[in-house]
Amino acid sequence: MTTLALNNVTKRYGKDTILDAVSLSIEDGETLAIFGPSGAGKTVLLRLIAGMTEPEAGEILMNGEDLIEVAPEHRSVGMAFQNFALFPHMSAFENIAAPLEAKPAKGDGIAVGVRKIAELLKIDHVLNHAPRALSNGQKQRTALARALVGAPKILLLDDPLRNVDAKLRFEMRLELPRLLEGFGSTVLYVTQDYREAMALGDRIAVLMDGRFAQVGTPEEIYLAPATIAVAELFGDPVINLFDAEVMAEDGHVTARVGRARLALPAGFKAAAGRPVVLGIRPESVVRSRAGSAGAINATVAALLPLNDRMVRLLITEDGQEFYTSRDFGEGSDAGEGATLTIGAAPEDIMLFDKESGHRIAPDAAAGRPIE
Amino acid sequence: MQHMSTGERVLRGILIALALIFFLFPIFWIVLMSFQTNAQILRIPPSLFFSPTLENYTSLITGQLKTASGVLTLNFMQNLFNSFILSTASVALSLVLAVPAAYAFARYKFRFSEDIAFTLLSFKFAPPLLVLLPLTIYFQKIGLANTYFGLIWVYQLITLPLILWIVRGYFEDISPDIEHAYRIAGHSWAKTFFKISIPLARPGIAAAALLSFIFAWNNFVFALVLASADKQPVTVGALAFVTASGIQYGQIAAAAVISITPTLALALFAQRYLVEGLSLGAVKG
Repeated sequence: MTTLALNNVTKRYGKDTILDAVSLSIEDGETLAIFGPSGAGKTVLLRLIAGMTEPEAGEILMNGEDLIEVAPEHRSVGMAFQNFALFPHMSAFENIAAPLEAKPAKGDGIAVGVRKIAELLKIDHVLNHAPRALSNGQKQRTALARALVGAPKILLLDDPLRNVDAKLRFEMRLELPRLLEGFGSTVLYVTQDYREAMALGDRIAVLMDGRFAQVGTPEEIYLAPATIAVAELFGDPVINLFDAEVMAEDGHVTARVGRARLALPAGFKAAAGRPVVLGIRPESVVRSRAGSAGAINATVAALLPLNDRMVRLLITEDGQEFYTSRDFGEGSDAGEGATLTIGAAPEDIMLFDKESGHRIAPDAAAGRPIE
Repeated sequence: MQHMSTGERVLRGILIALALIFFLFPIFWIVLMSFQTNAQILRIPPSLFFSPTLENYTSLITGQLKTASGVLTLNFMQNLFNSFILSTASVALSLVLAVPAAYAFARYKFRFSEDIAFTLLSFKFAPPLLVLLPLTIYFQKIGLANTYFGLIWVYQLITLPLILWIVRGYFEDISPDIEHAYRIAGHSWAKTFFKISIPLARPGIAAAALLSFIFAWNNFVFALVLASADKQPVTVGALAFVTASGIQYGQIAAAAVISITPTLALALFAQRYLVEGLSLGAVKG
């Protein structure tokens, strides 16, 4: 069931169009990650839903009812702000109690409710402290507790992990999904970190330049990005992109990248003759035998250890830069200056239209690409 | 500050002492004068040593001023009471009017909002004498001359723009997200204003109220023209010490001491609100 729907919502500030006729529907109990570069309009989207600002056009529906005329206090949303926005003159307890005080049931219920959520978030020992006496992690948890305590139908989380340190961010990334599941709220989670979006979102909505570039599951977005821009936003190191030309000869479809020829699935046949951009994820780059079809000769230019992986910057014979982040088995110790012969499995190669930037999907059945 | 050499520290101490002497000496001298008779004050050379007298204070409090040409009645205590009523009521009225207005100017952009705010401020630029003559005529026609109400109304020219502009800045410094958070928590606009905005702007409101109280207390020209004897504040009342038999320096000094005491006490009391930090770690900077 659709809980929240945005239909052609447009928001302008002066001459700048922040959101350009965006539409979105969120299912009951779903966690939707809204991901995009800074300035894409993510926070504005949450502010519209919370009622802090009004759209110039379009409608926002909650369970089929238009929200735009409804005051923020009657929308049944909870929100955690990126800057925490705690009430500085109140203790952590009073901060968390604020949503409960607005409800008819008063008295002991408030203290019990606050204690319960505080224990869950492990801040029950600092409830008497003023916000200025809390660490950043505790502030963030207090803000989260305040958003959750009223059990809102819709929970808006505006990059809540942005201002906390890396260790806490990792802990919360593990903890949050369990916590959110327990509340059964529909969650909109804004983030600038693609890993956070992939870890927390049932679906991800990629917001770019005021429009949704793609809305889909984390797998869809990673494996089948709608555009070059989306492909570049997901993945670290960034996807390798080359200008290429698709050629079809004797039933074999290949892509010419400089001097090398990479084999493509037969489904890309119809893209033949078109200028395309070819994308290979760094972890899809494999070692191949020297002289075999589709092999690219390259030299290791730099090494960068990234956690358990070794990222290599390679330079091909044609002088193009290339990232790999996969173990090469016997060649895994290839150091700076070493020569490697590499390639990629045809099914791991993505093609994008050079002009529009949209992905060209291979047609597995008929060998006919559909866009 | 830790890196100062001994020489610098001594120099700094001397400079601070000089500044303090320069600014505090007049007050010190007035306090001394208030315990002396006119003869002691006027002797040459002046001396720090004298036998103190409470005569100046008693004559102010009893309202009996003994001069060479007989006993004059004073209503200094009435003046003090008038000052108190006029200043307090003016500031209270201004707070009620200007604090919500300051919030509106800080938070909402409406048509002509900047122009209206600036017009209100410009009342402070205009010379009081410019408006006094027409005001006097109007007030006499509509029966507001020589009433507390009329004076408090005119005093709004002093207190209202000051409170409006100071408090507006404080409201602008409060992150709107804090207010949004309270509304999303389920509270009405009005409750958010009284529970979040006002408490967070309290240091600014205290500072503005204190300053405007002092300006209202020190006002002379409005009260001189618009108030007669029974409504006059201390600033105008002090003119009574210029008598036919000479200027009563001792009583003037005692009156000055008494009249600066309330503002001084208020300033000391309000100090803790003034130094209170504003944002208190509410949002991450």
